[in-house]
Amino acid sequence: MTTELLNRDDAMQNDTQTAAVNDKSESATRTHGIDISALKRGTTISRIEDEEIALQVKDLRLSYGEKEALHGINMVIPKKRVTAFIGPSGCGKSTLLRCFNRMNDLVDGCKIDGQILLDEQDIYQRKVEVAELRRRVGMVFQKPNPFPKTIYENVAYGLRIQGINKKRVLDETVEWSLRSAALWDEVKDRLNDSALGLSGGQQQRLVIARTVAVKPEVLLLDEPASALDPLSTLKIEELIQQLKNDFTIVIVTHNMQQAARVSDYTAFMYMGDLVEFGNTDALFTNPKKKQTEDYITGRYG
Amino acid sequence: MRTPINKWIKDGDPWIWINAGAVTISMIMVFGLLALIASRGLVHFWAHDVMQADLSGRDGSRMTIAGELIETEEVAAEQLRDAGYIVPDDLEFMQRDLMKLGNRDVYGGDFKWVMDASLSNKTYPANIIALERREWGNFYGFIDTIKENGNTVANGDSAWNELTQRIERALSIYADIHAIEKVEIGGINSRMERLRLKQRRLELKGQDTPANLLEVSEDRAALDAEYRALQAQLTQLYEQISRDTLTAKTVEGATVEIALSKIVRAYQPNAMSLAEKLVFYAEKIIEFVSEDPREANTEGGIFPAIYGTVLMVILMSIIVTPFGVVAAVYLREYAHQGALTRVIRIAVNNLAGVPSIVYGVFGLGFFIYFLGSGIDQALFPEALPSPTFGTGGLLWASITLAILTLPVVIVATEEGLARIPRSIREGSLALGATKAETLWRVVLPMASPAMMTGVILAIARAAGEVAPLMLVGVVKLAPSLPLDGNYPYLHLDQKFMHLGFHIYDVGFQSPNVEAARPLVYATSLLLVVVIALLNLTAVSIRNRLREKYKALEM
Repeated sequence: MTTELLNRDDAMQNDTQTAAVNDKSESATRTHGIDISALKRGTTISRIEDEEIALQVKDLRLSYGEKEALHGINMVIPKKRVTAFIGPSGCGKSTLLRCFNRMNDLVDGCKIDGQILLDEQDIYQRKVEVAELRRRVGMVFQKPNPFPKTIYENVAYGLRIQGINKKRVLDETVEWSLRSAALWDEVKDRLNDSALGLSGGQQQRLVIARTVAVKPEVLLLDEPASALDPLSTLKIEELIQQLKNDFTIVIVTHNMQQAARVSDYTAFMYMGDLVEFGNTDALFTNPKKKQTEDYITGRYG
Repeated sequence: MRTPINKWIKDGDPWIWINAGAVTISMIMVFGLLALIASRGLVHFWAHDVMQADLSGRDGSRMTIAGELIETEEVAAEQLRDAGYIVPDDLEFMQRDLMKLGNRDVYGGDFKWVMDASLSNKTYPANIIALERREWGNFYGFIDTIKENGNTVANGDSAWNELTQRIERALSIYADIHAIEKVEIGGINSRMERLRLKQRRLELKGQDTPANLLEVSEDRAALDAEYRALQAQLTQLYEQISRDTLTAKTVEGATVEIALSKIVRAYQPNAMSLAEKLVFYAEKIIEFVSEDPREANTEGGIFPAIYGTVLMVILMSIIVTPFGVVAAVYLREYAHQGALTRVIRIAVNNLAGVPSIVYGVFGLGFFIYFLGSGIDQALFPEALPSPTFGTGGLLWASITLAILTLPVVIVATEEGLARIPRSIREGSLALGATKAETLWRVVLPMASPAMMTGVILAIARAAGEVAPLMLVGVVKLAPSLPLDGNYPYLHLDQKFMHLGFHIYDVGFQSPNVEAARPLVYATSLLLVVVIALLNLTAVSIRNRLREKYKALEM
């Protein structure tokens, strides 16, 4: 009985895996106006030096109490590209991501040295207003966290915080955001239902819609698909491809295939250090560091 | 090796039995309590048949009595022999009856314990009448004559219809009189008092110029005129209501003259059908919950006590909720979590265990004697030396109980705040909301069911408290309601009646113990019902909030 179940589970897993693989090969030819075929062919490998810069990290050190978690990170996040952070658990990739919108401020005993420049301005300067910064650098979390409000109010939340209460503006923004998050068609008839009635994948897209509604410059995604099923994951990945036309996207993921599928640039982190950072195809096909190679070939992690 | 007993124990069966047993015993106790107070209290309103019987006294004297049989009990013969009764030797127990004889103006008391054996010729005459009177308790007897302005208009038992009609007339006039006295003259009195205070205030401020004083005296003259008009109206009504009198005979033949204006209700219990008795019962219950008390609280209703209890509890909730919530928000959201907050939490939890009378003493010492008299000096000097807030009242009682229940609200709210997932807060912050905006828009609404839980517990505790209230503002009989039509409508300084105190008062301070006893049970039952209703309201609000914010499973 149990073995049967196990087998069936295995079979299902295999199925979903193959499905994901198929999707991957197909995604190049899918519509949605994404042209990632160029990337996949590897003919024109874009170089980080040629990109416009959205965020610049300069010698960033972060410690929780006595323990240092990031040991001097230097990197740039290119504008309107997808940058993925990969690495084993506890390597500091989520910590680094949370530095970009100062979410680490909420953690007791967290100390940060170094600079992160957004538009040439250090976001850790005293005069920077954190709420304003977070409006410019939005974040989507691992687990969908919609507010216990209606779908409409969830998306309108960020605008209402800014004091925008005009019905017309809100209506337009909500529709635009939900369309951007590829959720409009599914929820347009029940905008006033509770957001908690949506499925996990829909909730995560709602959260993305909620974040893009305030039109941030940078979108931080902290393992956005790790709590979702493969189909929802696929939808989120397609969405990321679309969103990069408008936003700079930084995504943390445990899933290397996902990083390879969705990102233009990949950073491999290990034990609080940035080991290697570069074009995704280059990093996955021809890693420069041995640690990176070991990780992506599955020797640890 | 395992014996069956061991296995039985290991399976956990005894544990289940103990659990189920504990639940059963708890249920039996709760339902037993409710059943007892319900049966003792509710039977009071029934129209019992009136028994007429001959009672032979110990000295061989005989008298005829009539009354309701309230209770019977078995008494040991030994005890009776010791008390000097002659009891047959073969008897171990004898039955003793409690009779409600009424006619306090004739007998001096309404209740009498009689030996069942000394009653003979028990009959239930259909023409016996029971009168509920505003004074002297019930009357049982027979109609003799009905007189209008001293002239006989009806005679004997056939006068029953005439009697009920005339009583109805008297009652409607009484209602008018009551309305004028309570509402209109009460309103004039309250305005007169305000004028007096105004004049005194002018004098204190040195502004008692002839012009100002003239204004006051003009107002007073207007009120006086109004009052005189009402007084004339009242005199007329009193004349009308005292038109009819009833001459009634007790079963022993004594004649009693009763003014119809003094009769609340007349009925012929022995002639009533079951349906009539049910209607009568419903009327009595409605009277109980909607009328003012009469006869030192042993008759009539307890409406002012219900009103006072509910109003006090509502005010208490209004005071305690914001305080408790704000304190809990600070402790959980803003304060640095260290030794100090731990100490504060321990202190708050311990406050919940302080006996309630201690809060009463605190309320008396701090609120009434210190704050209250300070307020009087500063804001109401014109009323001195009679205190306004310097004496017990609705406000101080509500605040005292709010302090009493504050720990409950704080603890419940804190737990609610702690249960809200971090991810939700971060989600709001990540959208550019500040901490305060996050609190107001997301965290507090989501914690509202927990706050309601705190308020429910607070209500349950506050509504049942009596001890502290005795020190800070509850009275046996309040002349007017604390919320009425007279400016400033909500009289926070006024003393009020309370169901819990009413039970104590009727049960232990009553001059008429037998008459008060069923009311103690009835009032207890009503107190339980009121608390249950208040709780149910709060629970239904909480459930609605929970339904709205059920994101806590994440």
